[in-house]
Parts: sequence; C-alpha cells; structure tokens
Amino acid sequence: MKKTILSLMALGLIIGFAPSSFAAGDAPHAPHQHWHFDGITGQFDKAAMQRGLKVYREVCSACHSLKRVAYRNLVDLGYTEDQVKNIAVEYTVTDGPNEDGEMFDRPARPSDKFVSPYPNDKAAKALNNGALPPDLSLITKARHNGPNYLYAILTGYGEPEHGVELMEGQHWNKYMPGHVIAMAAPLSDGIVAYEDGTPETVSQYSKDVTNFLVWAADPYLETRKRTGIAVLIFLIVFSGVMYGVKKKIWKDIH
Amino acid sequence: MASGPREKFDNPTIEWIDSRLPIFTMLNKEYGVFPTPKNFNYFWNFGAIAMFMLITMIVSGIILAMSYTAHVDYAFDSVERIMRDVNSGWLIRYIHMNGASFFFIAVFIHMFRSLYYGSYKQPREILWILGVVIFLLMMATAFMGYVLPWGQMSYWGATVITNLFSAIPFVGESIVTLLWGGFSVDNPTLNRFFALHYLMPFLICAVVFLHVWALHVTGSNNPAGIEPKTKKDTLPFHPYYTMKDTFGLLVFITIYAFFVFYAPDYLGHPDNYIPADPLVTPAHIVPEWYFLPFYAMLRAITFDIGIPFTDITIISAKLGGVITMFGSIALLFVLPWLDTHPIRSARYRPLFKTFLLIFVVNFVFLGYVGSQGADAMVGPIPLSLLGLLATGYYYGFFLAILPWLSKFEKGRDLPPSIHESVLD
Ligand code: HEC
Ligand code: HEM
Repeated sequence: MKKTILSLMALGLIIGFAPSSFAAGDAPHAPHQHWHFDGITGQFDKAAMQRGLKVYREVCSACHSLKRVAYRNLVDLGYTEDQVKNIAVEYTVTDGPNEDGEMFDRPARPSDKFVSPYPNDKAAKALNNGALPPDLSLITKARHNGPNYLYAILTGYGEPEHGVELMEGQHWNKYMPGHVIAMAAPLSDGIVAYEDGTPETVSQYSKDVTNFLVWAADPYLETRKRTGIAVLIFLIVFSGVMYGVKKKIWKDIH
Repeated sequence: MASGPREKFDNPTIEWIDSRLPIFTMLNKEYGVFPTPKNFNYFWNFGAIAMFMLITMIVSGIILAMSYTAHVDYAFDSVERIMRDVNSGWLIRYIHMNGASFFFIAVFIHMFRSLYYGSYKQPREILWILGVVIFLLMMATAFMGYVLPWGQMSYWGATVITNLFSAIPFVGESIVTLLWGGFSVDNPTLNRFFALHYLMPFLICAVVFLHVWALHVTGSNNPAGIEPKTKKDTLPFHPYYTMKDTFGLLVFITIYAFFVFYAPDYLGHPDNYIPADPLVTPAHIVPEWYFLPFYAMLRAITFDIGIPFTDITIISAKLGGVITMFGSIALLFVLPWLDTHPIRSARYRPLFKTFLLIFVVNFVFLGYVGSQGADAMVGPIPLSLLGLLATGYYYGFFLAILPWLSKFEKGRDLPPSIHESVLD
C-alpha cells in the first residue's frame, strides 16, 4: 500500500509540474469564467455559439480568418442544411480555372472553408500597421488557459498605466503579455444586434464569441466528453472486476 | 531458444504446430509456469505497462501516418485534418500524443523501481543496460515525433536541440548539416525525422525483445533483493501475475484515458497549435515535460571551462552543457559498477534509501528548473545556480555517494528467504 501511494505520488509530481512550463510573460492570469462546456459533462451552448458566429461575422471577420472551419460545420451550431447554405452564399470565393482557363468568382458552398478577409499575410499586415491578425480557428488552443484568456483580452482594454508610452496603432490591454496589443478594442456596447433579447454588451459579446471559437478549435469536444464517460465507466468497472479476480486468486498466498 | 524438452498438448492442432515449431512450449515455459518471486509489489507492473504503451504507440502511430503529410507546407494542416475530418482522428491523435507522456511515466517508474531495489546489480547488468538503450531510443523517437506536427515548439525545439551538436569539436558542424539535410531546420529535416520516427519504434521492439530475453535468463529481482531459493519463494507467472498485471494495467489505462478525454492538451504546449514560423521566436522554448530534467542539466553550465589565469578555453559553456546532459545518461550505463554494494534492496540499506529519495526529489526539482526561463530568479538567487547545484547532486549521487556507500554502508540483516521476508 505504501508503495502504491508512493508511485501515485511520483505520478502526481510528474504531472504536477507540467503546467509551470506554460509560465507566461508579465500579464496577470486571466480570471476563470463560467463556461457551459467546462467539466466532465460539459456541452456546447448552441444559442451562445449562434450569437458568437454573428459577432465573428460582423466584427472579427473584417480582420481575422477562420480558415480551418467549413460552412458545413455550422450544422453543429444547430442550423439546418438550408440555413447553412444561405449563410454560405453570402460569401464569394474565387474558383477555377474553368474550361477557358479563367479564374472566376462564385457564391460559396457549404463545403467551402470560411473565406479569409485578406488574400495573404502580407496584405493583412499592410492593412494593420504591420501587425498580423492571427487565424482564429485554433486560437483557444494556441493560448494557455485559452477560453478565459480570449474573454479577458476582449474585455481587458483600458487606459495605459502611468509612464507607458503607446505608439501609433498600439493599445493597452491588461491581459496581453507586455500589455501592448496592435488590435484596437474590437467590441463596444450595441455594435451587434441580437434578436433574442440577450444584452448587447461587450462582456456578453465576448462570452458568445468565445463559445463560438472554442467550438471552432475543438469541434469534437462534446463527442470527446461523452465518449470519455463511457470509456471511464467501463475501465473503472473492469478494474474493479479484475481487482476481485486478483484478490480471489491470491487469497491463499499471503 | 526453446529447443529443449517439449511438452505434450491435448489439443491436436496445438500439438501438431508445437511439434514443428515449439512456440506453445516456449510461451508456457516463459509466461505460464515461469517461476516468479511471490513477493512482488505493484512497482513490478510497470514493465508490462510499458509494453502496452509501446504497442499503443505503434498502432496509433501507424494510423496517424496514413493521413499525415511530411512536408513543411502541409504537415500542420494534415494534423488539423486528422483532428477535424478523419473519422475518430482526434481520438487517435490524442491517444498518440498523451501516449508518449504516459509511456515516459511508466518507464520512469520502472527505472525508479530498478534503482530502489537494486535490480541493476549482478547478475542483471546487461538487462539494465538494455533498458538504458531503450530509454535513449525512446527519447530520440519522442523528440522526432514532436517535430512532426510542425508547430512553433516543434520547429524551435528542433532548432535548439539539433544546434547542440555543433558544440562537438571538429565534426559538430558536419553532424548538424547531416541532421538538417541542409543549412537550417527545413523540409529535408522534417522528412528524415518522419522516416526515423517511423523506424525507431521497431528498433525499440527489437531491444525490448532482448531485454525480456535477458530477464528470463536471470529471472526477476524482487522487493527483498534476494534470490529465490526454494519452490516456496516463487509462484507460476500465470495466473498470479497475469491477473495482477492486468489489474494494475487497467488502473494505469484509466488515468491515461482521463487525460485523453478530459485534458488532452494539458501535457502539451499551446504554442504547438501555432504553425511553425522561422521568423517568430517563441518567448520561452521548452521541450516536452519528460525532457525537462535533462534540459535543466544542459543549461546548468553557463560558463566556459579553461586553463586558469589564461584565456584559453578548453570546453565552452555550450559544449559543457552538452557533455553534462549526455553524461547524465551515460552514467546510467555504468551504474552497476558504481554501486557495488552486495545488498540490492533499499529496504535493507537505510542510507542508500535516504540518498536515493533525495535523488528523486532532486530530479523532479531539475524538471522544474528546466521548465522556467533561463533568467528566472528565486528571490535573490538565480534559478540557474540552483540548477547547477542540483546537477551537482545528480552527478555526486552516482560518482561519489554510491561508491562511498558501497564501501561503508553496513546495511541491515537480510531475511533468510523470500517467503520468510513476506511474513515481517
Ligand atoms: C481591425 C482589425 C481587427 C478586428 C476587427 C479584430 N481584430 Fe483581433 N487582432 C487584430 C490584430 C492586428 C491583431 C494582432 C495583435 C498583436 O499582435 O498585437 C489581433 C489579435 C487578436 C488576438 C490574439 C491576441 C494574442 O494573444 O496574440 C485575438 C485572440 C483576437 N485578435 C481576437 C479577435 C476577436 C475575437 C475579434 C472580434 C470580436 C477581433 N479580434 C477583431 C485585428 C483585429
Ligand atoms: C516509441 C514509440 C513512440 C513514441 C514515444 C512517439 C512519440 C510521438 C510524439 C511525442 C509525437 C508528437 C505528438 C503530437 O504533438 O501530435 C508523435 C507524433 C507522431 N507519431 Fe509517434 N511515437 C511513437 C511511435 C510511432 C510510430 C510507430 C509511428 C508510425 C509508424 C508514429 C507516427 C507518428 C506520426 C505520424 C506523428 C505525427 C502526427 C501527430 O503529430 O499527431 N509514432 N509521436
């Protein structure tokens, strides 16, 4: 028994210091928000994701691509195939070459990926004071404490601390490492109209767009958690049975 | 191998095969009736667990390889396609990613067991050395695997680690060029790493085979560290240890599954979800957690070593670090000749036990040092200085404490036999 505890402790130690390798710059730790998808039984909040999609489409998509997500994936948000088609046709993609060897524009289809705002990274930088707006498909995985961090960035704008000089195109943000970010506060109260009566505030927009982007980065989150419960129950029961078998076989030995 | 006396089997098919290729006789001899000390504790489960992890890695790896593209322009995208578009691709990848960590957890515990109970001692030196070879191969495999998704940490980790070889005098630069297949980490590097990452697990299998063979020649050590003398000291491997191993394995898999399903990215680094960019250096370049203690030893040497009162440098800080890091593993090869104390088990060597437990804490501390930035401070003390001290203890443990204890530690009286040791 002592040895078992010892080995579990060793395991704990090994796992325990892993997160320290994520030590971020000098920005404060993003406070924990309550998320619908948290926890072992966490699931997506579809209404929040639909609102988040609206925020992304009306605000963020002016600068940020979402190139790993296809329009057809939006059925996960609770849309029907027709609704998805209607969303897709609002975008234009360049296709080709056709029979005559010409490239041509056509409305997007559900199988297309989200259309990017800029043709390439250089164009994106040129139009953003030299800063590159990152693709948002994986943003909540590409930052430590992703969902909370994203929410914190979107709500963390403020006046620069005393003595901080900001250059043209720089903005002060409490949660950005180094506190200086090249993205102007993208949200303000009332900027996106909600039809379901949800408050139109920066904090609500930030929550909603985070729900949407967590799904974009981790579309199998629900499946993963649901499968996980079944797998864990099976393993725990099976372990219990094997413990009984082992005990029975060893009964006369000790 | 098993061309000695053969058993008779009742089943005619089995008998037909066995009389031509005595594989069932061998299985029965090595895994059925194989006499095994009766006093194993759960530390003895980790060999079987490591074996399970090796198989898991190979199976999940081969499935990943079916959808992976080893090209700098497509590698990251192909991994994301596995995550999003390949059926159950996310599951296979998380199994493989976390599997590497859990493989190392199992092997670290397995190695600690060998240290604690003196399993490396006569007559098991070759068994132990083969284990160290497996450990080295695993480290190389995992390092190259981590490069494959071609994220920021993949790229920069590969750059930092391959650059180390340039510190080797005379041939260093050529080795680096050979590793890179060019003049920087680039497409040829990714291609050769993929080829080698596919190959090395099979080399590991071969060495594991030798490792198990050597084990079955000497038989297992046990917590008392004394050899079995009579039948009363042993049990047939089946069903006693097959069932105990299965139970232990299931508990291990349960913890592993918890990570796969509920914290799949916890042991990884978020920067590896950013595609590699040779023009943007991450704020902290850190390797995977299982390399951190060795990484700390690499960075512990921050000074040149030269002839005093001259400015002649014999060993640059960089080369010193490389020697220190590889030396820390080289020491494991000669361990059986550093610790020559006749008593194996730490149970009967209180001094050895104390120093060994300090060694473990020290090793974990080195891991912490490795996880922090190079200029981190603890109050007024630079962490790198503590890292140097911890490196000193690591080396001192092997080179001074063990030889010294071999001479002077008296140790406690050994029990007369294994079955009598179980009673106290
Ligand atoms: C006017 C263009 C613009 C709009 C609109 C915009 N962003 Fe940005 N965003 C940027 C730029 C430029 C950067 C790069 C900032 C930097 O590197 O300092 C950036 C960076 C980011 C980052 C990364 C911060 C980090 O940790 O590096 C996130 C997350 C982000 N934006 C989210 C959003 C979200 C969500 C929206 C919509 C609500 C949005 N952005 C709208 C231009 C924009
Ligand atoms: C000793 C066993 C092995 C170890 C320790 C190991 C380790 C690793 C590690 C750490 C990664 C990076 C994980 C990630 O970030 O995604 C990786 C990726 C990969 N491995 Fe292995 N591996 C092993 C065996 C294999 C085998 C046998 C194959 C194929 C035959 C394989 C194929 C791959 C592929 C294709 C990737 C890249 C895909 C991905 O990143 O998900 N591995 N491996």
